[in-house]
Amino acid sequence: MQANKRDPNMSEQIEQALERKYDAGFYSEIESDTFESGLDESIIRRISAMKNEPEWMLEWRLKAYHAWLEMEEPDWAHVEYPKIDFQAISYYSAPKSMEDKPKSLDEVDPELLRTYEKLGIPLHEQEMLAGVAVDAVFDSVSVVTTFRSKLEEAGVIFCPISEAIQKYPDLVKKYIGSVVPRTDNYFSALNCAVFTDGSFVYIPKGTRCPMELSTYFRINEMNTGQFERTLIIADEGSHVSYLEGCTAPQRDENQLHAAVVELVAMDDATIKYSTVQNWYPGDENGKGGIYNFVTKRGIAHTNAKISWTQVETGSAVTWKYPSCILKGDNSVGEFYSVALTRGRQQADTGTKMIHMGKNTRSTIISKGISAGKSNNAYRGLVQMGPRADGARNFTECDSLLIGDKCGAHTFPYIESRNPSAIVEHEATTSKVSDEQLFLCRQRGLDTEKAVSMIVNGFCKEVFKELPMEFAVEAGKLLEISLEGSVG
Amino acid sequence: MLSIKNLHASVEEKNIIKGLNLDVKPGEVHAIMGPNGAGKSTLGYVLSGRDGYEVSEGDVTLNGKDLLDLDVEERAREGLFLAFQYPVEIPGVSNMEFMKESVNAMREQRGEEALSAAEFLKKAKEACKQVQLPLDFLKRGVNEGFSGGEKKRNEIMQMILLEPSLCILDESDSGLDVDALQVVANGVNSQRDGKRSFIVVTHYQRLLDYIKPDFVHILADGKIVKSGDASLAHEVEKEGYAFLGKAYEEAEA
Repeated sequence: MQANKRDPNMSEQIEQALERKYDAGFYSEIESDTFESGLDESIIRRISAMKNEPEWMLEWRLKAYHAWLEMEEPDWAHVEYPKIDFQAISYYSAPKSMEDKPKSLDEVDPELLRTYEKLGIPLHEQEMLAGVAVDAVFDSVSVVTTFRSKLEEAGVIFCPISEAIQKYPDLVKKYIGSVVPRTDNYFSALNCAVFTDGSFVYIPKGTRCPMELSTYFRINEMNTGQFERTLIIADEGSHVSYLEGCTAPQRDENQLHAAVVELVAMDDATIKYSTVQNWYPGDENGKGGIYNFVTKRGIAHTNAKISWTQVETGSAVTWKYPSCILKGDNSVGEFYSVALTRGRQQADTGTKMIHMGKNTRSTIISKGISAGKSNNAYRGLVQMGPRADGARNFTECDSLLIGDKCGAHTFPYIESRNPSAIVEHEATTSKVSDEQLFLCRQRGLDTEKAVSMIVNGFCKEVFKELPMEFAVEAGKLLEISLEGSVG
Repeated sequence: MLSIKNLHASVEEKNIIKGLNLDVKPGEVHAIMGPNGAGKSTLGYVLSGRDGYEVSEGDVTLNGKDLLDLDVEERAREGLFLAFQYPVEIPGVSNMEFMKESVNAMREQRGEEALSAAEFLKKAKEACKQVQLPLDFLKRGVNEGFSGGEKKRNEIMQMILLEPSLCILDESDSGLDVDALQVVANGVNSQRDGKRSFIVVTHYQRLLDYIKPDFVHILADGKIVKSGDASLAHEVEKEGYAFLGKAYEEAEA
């Protein structure tokens, strides 16, 4: 055989293109205050004390902890992982002081910087993401300050949740646990007991938040822990778009990530919540990686709208169902998702749309891409309550397979207790075909470029829902995720 | 330009091309005709390097380079263009972004700077007009929901944009009515500049009324069995492939 000898067969070639090493799998030697591993009441008391919390918060945590002790780890998801030893985890870790952080980008791992560069993140934001002590860097300070004063003018509160517990206890007390109850599920209960930080947002009545809120802006202020908790309250007639940026690999050596996000959209309010997640997925044999067990839920009152958009490319195991409780009449819920798995990654993700009010509307667009030996499942619940007259749901669930060793699964649950409600479900499964790759390559594009272009095309419907800069990043992130050495 | 010497190739271990020789000089148009199953489409795939098409013997050079030693995309960047008989759809990827990437890959190879979005758009609009496709085809997904004729015209548009040195047209006439055929032929003829060469693979003589070939070759059982000028195509049109022997008549029927 003489010709085409440099071409291994196509699926082999795709395999190679997908075998990529994680760019940020390094360990940073940073001195930090870390609790010894293990979990008991005293640990929770110590977390609460470190945060200088009021008594009611501690009690709330302890109630969650005792409830959690009685609960069992769920096993219904289409994922497999060894049993987690909760006593082997340290529940608190924070850098000792700003002095321990890298002083400038010169001290940051060049691999990490290369990834930021590929993502097109501006220099001052790179510094923040890398956790550079920005106080010493003039440029970024001005960015943060302008942004702060702009929000204050509008009356928007955007701060770490630990700060909100001190400064706005009434708001926190009223809404924390109001959307995701303490005992909602095993991992959310654990989060309630041990959460270390997260974001708090309050948008006053009739206010349109003057800018997209992004986690970039506060990442320099603290090391977000593995048990984050976010609470966003949009008061009547207000509007906010929140970007959760795990756009770059994060410095997180911990294995379990159990976050809770609660959204409250009062009458006529709109909350748009976008996530780009790229946690460490583990190596090609499935060793290591983040277990991403996240509970995200929003409640929409009359005429309110909640929109979740997520692009998930990281984590070893993902277990995540951003949901909408459409309580008020005419409220709207949306879920747009791209989940890409490769190597040995496993994802069980989807949404729940709980229609309670009349004429409530929901749209679900889910795009799952499986490559390598990964497994990608969509799990979605659409529930039409007895009061939900004229409610409508539309679900589109598409799977794209790359190679022949991966799996795509769809688990739609539909429960309708109202005869006037309409539920539509469409599902497709397709493959990146040899014909498509051949066409692209015949037009001069290499296999990597071709695969990423085809995958991006497949995700277009979801990407157009992302805020502009984010959409570009998401596209690039997919490209990086699919990148590798083509033989 | 292109030189094929004693080419043998197989698909799934079945020999399809069995000792094919062909020389194409700059600016020439060669038509390749032949009955079904003669290996016409296979030749296009082998030359462009498609996976699964194995060459067991022979040499092929394009502009002096050993073509068989190159990957699919490298051959394309060397100036080999294949217009597909059945162009595949790529949903969600616009024609515009697809072609821009493609054109810039070719420019990079030639050591030219990448075109800006505006520069590319200007060229793309012109090419679109040349093959009489409405401009909104640039925004639509590659071949997504295109009719058979639109797909063929889209292929020619790509050819115009990519400025290849060797164009292989694989039954670009199949399924076209006379008007569409003329559009495709005009597109091709507009690219004949005395340097660019063409291999026109077709089953019917009809296309050759519009694209005048310098040479016509009859491909049968993996070899060129007869070569001549344009008149050979007319002969085939009148007589069929009967002169090839009984087996081919049957294959035809």
